[in-house]
Amino acid sequence: MKLVQHADEAKAALVTMWTIRRFEEAVDELFARGLMHGTMHLSIGQEASATGACLAMQEDDLITSTHRGHGHCIAKGADLERMMAELLAKETGYCRGRGGSMHIADVSKGNLGANGIVAGGIPIAVGAALAQTMKRTNRVVLSFFGDGAANEGAFHEAVNLAAVWNLPVVFLCENNRYGMSMSTERAFKIEHISERAAGYGIPGVTIDGNDVQAVYDESALAIERARSGGGPTLIEAETYRWKGHSKSDKNLYRTKQEIDDWKSRDPIVRFEASLEDAATLSAQEIEQARAIARDAVRDAIRNATAAPDARPEELADAVYA
Amino acid sequence: MSAKTLATAPTDDDTGRSVSRSLTYAEAVREALAQAMTDDERVFLFGEDVGVYGGAFGVSAGLFDQFGPERVRDTPISELGIVGAAVGAALCDMRPVVEIQFSDFTAQAMDQIVNQAAKIHYMLGGAANVPLVLRAPGGSGTGAAGQHSQSLEAWFVHVPGLKVVMPATPADAKGLLLAAIDDPNPVIVLEHKLLYKVSGPVPEQAVRIPLGKAAVRRRGDDITIVATGVMVQRALEAAEELAADGIEATVIDPRTLKPLDTDTILDAVKETGRVLLVQEAPITGGFMAEISATIAGCDALNYLLAPIKRLCGLDVPIPYAPQLEKAAVPQVADIVSAGRILARES
Repeated sequence: MKLVQHADEAKAALVTMWTIRRFEEAVDELFARGLMHGTMHLSIGQEASATGACLAMQEDDLITSTHRGHGHCIAKGADLERMMAELLAKETGYCRGRGGSMHIADVSKGNLGANGIVAGGIPIAVGAALAQTMKRTNRVVLSFFGDGAANEGAFHEAVNLAAVWNLPVVFLCENNRYGMSMSTERAFKIEHISERAAGYGIPGVTIDGNDVQAVYDESALAIERARSGGGPTLIEAETYRWKGHSKSDKNLYRTKQEIDDWKSRDPIVRFEASLEDAATLSAQEIEQARAIARDAVRDAIRNATAAPDARPEELADAVYA
Repeated sequence: MSAKTLATAPTDDDTGRSVSRSLTYAEAVREALAQAMTDDERVFLFGEDVGVYGGAFGVSAGLFDQFGPERVRDTPISELGIVGAAVGAALCDMRPVVEIQFSDFTAQAMDQIVNQAAKIHYMLGGAANVPLVLRAPGGSGTGAAGQHSQSLEAWFVHVPGLKVVMPATPADAKGLLLAAIDDPNPVIVLEHKLLYKVSGPVPEQAVRIPLGKAAVRRRGDDITIVATGVMVQRALEAAEELAADGIEATVIDPRTLKPLDTDTILDAVKETGRVLLVQEAPITGGFMAEISATIAGCDALNYLLAPIKRLCGLDVPIPYAPQLEKAAVPQVADIVSAGRILARES
């Protein structure tokens, strides 16, 4: 599917990208104003990979996500108010205040969870794919992870298991060039992380992760391959996080010039330009998409703020099922 | 003083049913797996060499032929990947039973056990369950030295979200495993490699032994011995020797370390006023320290006629040489001698 030829899908994708952007800008601000505690990892600048990959999935397909997972959750259909409530430590949050930013999941929407451990979700995705195979469903699992995760043992073990068992799973590496402060140049001897696919006997491809169409195209191919019994694929989506790793980051390890260069490749600006150039959406429709996202985030903040706080007297609830 | 040994009694302690049939501990585990897989198609066994090889200790022998390669699934040597895959499968409503060849190798899989399996239910506010079972043999006595002989139960007990089981008899090996498979939480089942060939009565039916219920293996009025794993059998042997000296011991096997049946332990301590805590694991930070603190932290303290006594493994890696290996963990004679001292202390 070429998004420029499908106005409804294009608009939906644009709304998703703007919703991720506005949601994260809002939590960044809430944090700066002291209204949100803890820490968080923002994916501003990476909206195309979450949006393009989830757009290529069926609704009942599954994902695992990362510590930088707000975008994945939103793209997979999470309820913004419950997300915001979780970040605001509310009883109505996805995790009843027990998980926070790094642990939001929505199993009913196929989201098996963000994860505070780098590479922690990759073996879980493989097990979820094994379950689909054993239950003879037609569902595919897509695992989001970052460049840093590709140097964890869990990545190696999990990709190998998926490969030898030919499981319906897609490994989508969002290479945002830094594992905290460690650059990919210093952390890898190879040029492209996707080269590692050859070591497991599966296809690997590197794409422009700031091009939502490119992410959609390669994800759709890989998902179709997985669904039809062709086994796993490793996709490396090259992208960049504009913000620091977490709230403690002073950006000592990269230059303002580099950040500005990547901001000029803003995936949302690029997508809007392509839609305008192709006359897929009018300027007014694009403005509408922005407004939908802005209003949704505004409503989520308002409703979540008014919700009851998580209750200390129930803190031991849910240790055991 | 009267004494009765229940471990070899002809009736099953948990059901009262007559049990005439005897199985080895390994056979009992295998039968539990077979019955669970027969009853619930979501249950599957996977791990290194569990297929045609039958598992490193032969526990799964024959299951591959019975259930096929999909449900008795050999894996590459990838403990972290295996346990992680079990977490993912469990999240998708399967009932994975993972075999880790030696409990020592759980160190390779700790992220998925501790940070994932144990935490997911809580961190998601109860919105998802991780009903997986991890079976692993622990313990020394095989001359396999420091990386194949540890008793690591305290690691797992310390992590909220995990349940921890240490079966000491063939009947418990079966009944506790069946209960663990039924349980909606991640359960670590620490089998003992010296027990695999030990025989005992095992009910033919798929009888569950509830998690969190201790077994009183023997009753005596003079001292209480609490022991786990292979130490249960050693404590029972020691109790017979002590009885010859006129010292009658109650022997309690907690069976489930988490959740722990503290009532049964405290009741016995109150009755005898003297307690000996026996574990194979190194003493420092061990599970018996937890039981000791539990006794000392409640009214049972007022019943004590002598200080709480711990008899544990030494704070050393398990050594290779047989004379060193035996000296590193409690033996029957050590328990007898500690029991004699305890009975006379005041």
